[in-house]
Amino acid sequence: MAEYSVFSLVRQALSGHKGWIRAWRDPEPKKSYDVIIIGGGGHGLATAYYLARNHGITNVAILEKGYIGGGNVGRNTTIVRSNYLLDGNNHFYEHSLKLWEGLSSDLNYNVMFSQRGVLNLAHSDGQMDAHARRGNAMRLNGVDSALLDRRDVQQLYPYLDFSENARFPIYGGLLQPRGGTARHDAVAWGFARGADRLGVDIIQNCEVTGFERDGDRVTAVKTSRGTIGCGRVGMAVAGNTSRVAQMVGLELPIESHVLQAFVSEPLKKLIDGVVTFGAGHFYISQSDKGGLVLGGDLDFYNSYAQRGNLPTVENVMALGCAMMPNIRRVRILRSWGGIMDMSMDGSPIISKTPIDNLYLNAGWCYGGFKATPGSGWVFAHTIAEDKPHRFNEALSLERFATGHLLDEGGKGPTPKLH
Amino acid sequence: MIRIPCPHCGPRDHDEFSYVGDATKVRPADPAATSPEDWHRYVYLRDNPRGAHLEYWHHIQGCRAYLKVLRDTATHEVLASGRPEDALEAPR
Amino acid sequence: MIFGRLPLEQSHRLLTGGAIDRLKPLSFSFDGRSYRGYAGDTLASALLANGVTVMGRSFKYHRPRGVMSAGPEEPNALVELRSGARREPNTRATMIELFHGLRATSQNRWPCLRFDAMEVNDLLSRFLVAGFYYKTFMGFPGWHFWEKRIRAAAGMGAGTVEHDPDGYETMNAHCDVLVVGGGPAGLAAALTAGRTGARVILVDETDGLGGRLRSERDTLDGKPAIAWAASVAAELADLPEVRVLTRTTAFGIYDNNLVGAVERLADHMPVPPAHVARQRLWHIRPQRVIVAAGAIERPLVFGGNDRPGVMLAGAVRTYLNRFAVTPGKRAVVVANNDDGYRTAFDLAAAGIDVMQILDTRSASHGAWRERALAAGFDVAEGSAVTNAYGRMGLVGCDIARLDGRGGTVGDSRFVPCDLIANSGGWTPSIHLHSHAGGKAEWNDQIAAFLPGSVRSDVVTIGAARGRFALSDCLSDGFKAGAEAASSCGFGTGTAPDAPITDEVPTAPLQALWSVPPTPGKKVKRFVDHQDDVTVEDIELAHREGFVSVEHLKRYTTLGMGTDQGKTSNINGHALMAAARGQSIPTVGTTTFRPPYTPVAMGAFAGRTTGRHLAPTRRTALHDWHAANGVVFIEAGPWLRPQYYLQPGEAVSKETMDRAITDEVVTTRTKVGISDVSSLGKIDVQGPDSAEFLNRVYSNGFAALPVGKARYGLMLREDGLVDDDGTTSRLSDTHFLMTTTTVHAAKVLADLEWYLQVVWPELDVRVSSVTEQWAGMALPGPKAREVLAAAVDPGADVSNEALPYLGVTCTATIRGVPVRIFRISFSGELGYEINAPADWGIAVWEAVMEAGEDHGIRPYGLEAMGIMRIEKGHVAGPELDGRTTPDDLGLGRMASTKKWFVGRGMLDKPAFTDPDRPKLVGLVPVDGVSRIRAGSILVDDPDAATPVPKLGHITSSAYLSPTVGHPISLGLLARGRERIGQEVWAVFPLRGIRVRARVTETCFVDPEGKKLHG
Repeated sequence: MAEYSVFSLVRQALSGHKGWIRAWRDPEPKKSYDVIIIGGGGHGLATAYYLARNHGITNVAILEKGYIGGGNVGRNTTIVRSNYLLDGNNHFYEHSLKLWEGLSSDLNYNVMFSQRGVLNLAHSDGQMDAHARRGNAMRLNGVDSALLDRRDVQQLYPYLDFSENARFPIYGGLLQPRGGTARHDAVAWGFARGADRLGVDIIQNCEVTGFERDGDRVTAVKTSRGTIGCGRVGMAVAGNTSRVAQMVGLELPIESHVLQAFVSEPLKKLIDGVVTFGAGHFYISQSDKGGLVLGGDLDFYNSYAQRGNLPTVENVMALGCAMMPNIRRVRILRSWGGIMDMSMDGSPIISKTPIDNLYLNAGWCYGGFKATPGSGWVFAHTIAEDKPHRFNEALSLERFATGHLLDEGGKGPTPKLH
Repeated sequence: MIRIPCPHCGPRDHDEFSYVGDATKVRPADPAATSPEDWHRYVYLRDNPRGAHLEYWHHIQGCRAYLKVLRDTATHEVLASGRPEDALEAPR
Repeated sequence: MIFGRLPLEQSHRLLTGGAIDRLKPLSFSFDGRSYRGYAGDTLASALLANGVTVMGRSFKYHRPRGVMSAGPEEPNALVELRSGARREPNTRATMIELFHGLRATSQNRWPCLRFDAMEVNDLLSRFLVAGFYYKTFMGFPGWHFWEKRIRAAAGMGAGTVEHDPDGYETMNAHCDVLVVGGGPAGLAAALTAGRTGARVILVDETDGLGGRLRSERDTLDGKPAIAWAASVAAELADLPEVRVLTRTTAFGIYDNNLVGAVERLADHMPVPPAHVARQRLWHIRPQRVIVAAGAIERPLVFGGNDRPGVMLAGAVRTYLNRFAVTPGKRAVVVANNDDGYRTAFDLAAAGIDVMQILDTRSASHGAWRERALAAGFDVAEGSAVTNAYGRMGLVGCDIARLDGRGGTVGDSRFVPCDLIANSGGWTPSIHLHSHAGGKAEWNDQIAAFLPGSVRSDVVTIGAARGRFALSDCLSDGFKAGAEAASSCGFGTGTAPDAPITDEVPTAPLQALWSVPPTPGKKVKRFVDHQDDVTVEDIELAHREGFVSVEHLKRYTTLGMGTDQGKTSNINGHALMAAARGQSIPTVGTTTFRPPYTPVAMGAFAGRTTGRHLAPTRRTALHDWHAANGVVFIEAGPWLRPQYYLQPGEAVSKETMDRAITDEVVTTRTKVGISDVSSLGKIDVQGPDSAEFLNRVYSNGFAALPVGKARYGLMLREDGLVDDDGTTSRLSDTHFLMTTTTVHAAKVLADLEWYLQVVWPELDVRVSSVTEQWAGMALPGPKAREVLAAAVDPGADVSNEALPYLGVTCTATIRGVPVRIFRISFSGELGYEINAPADWGIAVWEAVMEAGEDHGIRPYGLEAMGIMRIEKGHVAGPELDGRTTPDDLGLGRMASTKKWFVGRGMLDKPAFTDPDRPKLVGLVPVDGVSRIRAGSILVDDPDAATPVPKLGHITSSAYLSPTVGHPISLGLLARGRERIGQEVWAVFPLRGIRVRARVTETCFVDPEGKKLHG
């Protein structure tokens, strides 16, 4: 019987819940591992899980400098979607979305993946054309999408500003019905528990301080808890990628920026799905607990501080209130900041590196959360097979030199614009 | 609000400025003699330090001058600022 | 209450005392029942005065809850205030000032507050422990099934779908010293700083000054302390450089001490008065911040500690002393510090029976205890409440002796009571200190975190740094105020003597993080009241390894309610520390982030909303269009003519199509005029201008003759096309550059970048002149005749004087000097006329008049778009930031003779890949089917997914009046090799597929004869 189920819950309830065991162990690090994953965030945990599950590699350690799930997997707005234009992204994110659809069962952990639909509004004919192109490309890839006109949108979200007072009238939107949200922390914990039960060592409060090298190979990882030998090393430390890469002498096409996010007081169900504004960067959904979860632009300067400034807050709220004038009285309860790996073309990197046994998972910009299972899946494959999975071939580190860019927005090598 | 001392206008709120990026990157002076690798390094690669970061800002809502700023990316503290040609050092 | 009759009016109101105005009764309603209170009440105090004990329901178990506090920390008494478009869910009854006609409704219950069907969750609570949902709802019928039900039940209050009718605004303020908190410490600080002449702002979240002094019976210099507060308030009001903002919450400190504060201008009124915003957001820029935010009392964690009637001791004193309300008739007091005694004296003074004082400390020998014993109170030491009873209101509690090791000694004893005043100590409000980057340091004496690292420009004083005695608060305040003013150059820095207090010295508290249950009883001990987090939940989190405070918070939802853990975090973290066998500072605490208390989204947005979300840019010719049948369209920030209706026509698909077709036909056969003012115009001057342009454009500009225009292409450093436009040489050292409308600002910033940073040696200046010139395009076979008729005598616009790409700046039209460029976007013989913006309409009208005989008509963006597609010109959809010059058929514009921005990247393998999509024309094979923009080009639409893609349609004219069938442009893999072949243009979103023939990009006059004619 599954460890977690309604039956086990009832059985435990009758004995005062005394019988639950740790969701993951707290082991001492071993002398060496076949694979070391640096970073106990969503991607690192998922990678370790799929290394064990898909490739039978279980002598694996995850090194986390703080507590697992303390980075961006627990600091995002929980949106999951695969509505990407470019094939290199679309195939990858769709693979991830398919994994999301079976993730709770696979992990025996309810990650509350809720396919409530992701709607991108459009405010001009040009934007409708761009949405159409994206939606059509998705359809040809076998991915769901629907082009809504103004009336369709009004039926779904009657309280958006359809009045004369709207600065940027709503023309319609692109809906991905299978997109939605998930409970972000649960994803980290679910993968952690899944990996742990397959034998992976999750080592928290273990900061990587350097590497031992033998030519083009890494032989050991130096940490605050001692030096740990390694066969292969996977880096999944979004937010701190450049810092860790520097320890092995790699300079990367990445800048770190701070992105703020917000949650409101809990309300009875008000917003059904995920809605994004098209005349400014703003996205909103409502958590199962009832809080409106929302965000917008970066603060637009390099930052490693997990806090932002007031102009961005005001801009995000202005866009939100313009899109939904009914939420102006809703109160913001909490704000936080996450450090984004902003890549030079706005797309992630899951790749081999110039160092033989070091693999890189980075550059997630705003979009890492939705990628968590897919990223873990293909990164595990890349590490185990020493070559990329077909879904991350396009996400290589070399693409910047070869010109095979994945620039969804066409913004060019200016990270803050992606 | 970050306060950026503009050498022309005095200290101003950062939302008057547009952030440009890494000022340690110097555009190759002789393009004909520049290898693709050097262009790649200039356009795509960033040291991205945590701590003191030399960067350009554009006083886009003010005097429209480009500024060089030395700023701590961990605390947002501005350590020094000047014109693009100035060599900046953190105060001791 | 006797059925059918009004409840006894204000049955719990004392006859005298309090800071309420008994001459101003106010009627209000709660859950549809009418009550009366007084001016000066909060909703909570008025409800208590009327004997209302249950004010809310908890989040998960829907347990009936009464008010617990008297301040912003309130977790229980949350209501929906007002109704309709102004409904505000989750409003804390403790913070709403009573106003006449106030309407509040209870929330998170069905069908009513007394009988809530969802209270069944309380019975099921053993199954609904922390994180139960992670372990269930996975199998059949799946999460989507359960989620619907959970979402329906979750949330607290209900928001509204109506648009908020109220306004918000933003204000900036600068000052020397900002004092946050108008209690004794803050008042003392503001007064001392204010007297020096420094600019001082004092903010307080309540409606008046005094802070805790309003709730206590302290004296200063022998007089009631509140009188001292009033005198300070009066003096502050008279100081010209001091501004006092009440009803104002400083909710966050951002970088460089920018303090965000929200002032509630009209929340204490039924609706905002005319022209008054509901709330005002302040950006305060102080040189020094003094945080005197006080402290928040912690509840004790004992069985049934959430029952209506269990209140914080300090709140009980507030209701007694400030509001003259008796929250009960028979009270039990339980505390781990001397506040219990103090509360007992106040209760007794109000005539309430104090059944028992429980001092949880094992040995307390302080002065307060001596006084209590001397006054005849029944004091039990080392004892506590072990369980409280009474679902809808307290009926009594068990008390027992503690063994000091987490258990009890001997039997418990039942004490009847309807009020339990409890105190677990006070938690300094270090939120703002923390926002400013300050650390928190654990202090064992007060069992709480204090502001750690000290910064000179943000100081925390008084109770907010754990100095709870009134005398300490005052001396902190006087000292901090003097120092802050002095550091800003005011005063001498010496603090005045503080007034004398009558305080009884206090004995130290003894931390007690949870009280053992009544022996043999199953009890629920709440740590987080709002989210129903119990001691058992924290133990479960520990058992399952969620042991870091962040994991604890996220797993149990501790501190995640609307109160953000103000009363629960320390208790919860201490319990986790105990479970881990570690000290509290080792376990740590969660980080405070703005806002300190929740802030309305509208307040942040201010006036930047609705129409005013972004400035609306209107061209200099706007008013002419508006008066002449235009239909405007939003083009980014601009309002531009989309098309023009004839007099008497109404907007419809039919009139629009007719108008657009007619505009194209008129222009192609006669002459048209359109407003192109929004195109970016950049003046480039200086001796090195030609060299500069030669570097930023991919094609040559060094040899452009004076009086000539040239089409130019700009790349980004990464080799992809950035922008295009025509640039004219007006003199040897003077150019006028045009850009696309969208990229105007970016191109200017880029030019400044290259001039200031990259090539400072070039002597060139650039300036935007977009808004200085009205721009109008005049294309059509009759354009020259019209122009000739429009220009004033003396100007020669003949083909010889002004050939294709010629420029003249000497002509005038009706005396207005204009610039005329012989350039064309439509492919017709055409001109662009620039006139000084203020004279734009005059010039436009002159041209219209000159063209009248030729049948001139204005055309809008739609016709312009069709004509440029007919001509195969690229625009926004083609310049999408992913195309190279060669992709667009502009490869010849990338010079091989010189270096230009982006050239270093052009040779990348991907950019020279022959398979790259290239720009081509596409027409329907059947000659009628529309090929929509956004269609994808494929060889085989029936191929298995993923269908291989060849490219996409970038721009489309559903009918080209000129060629008589739909045309489009697209990017197609190996496109130029496919000319004459057929592909499918598919639009699966609408189930459309069109067989398309690949053509050249130019559908009209490919040789360009018209241009030169």
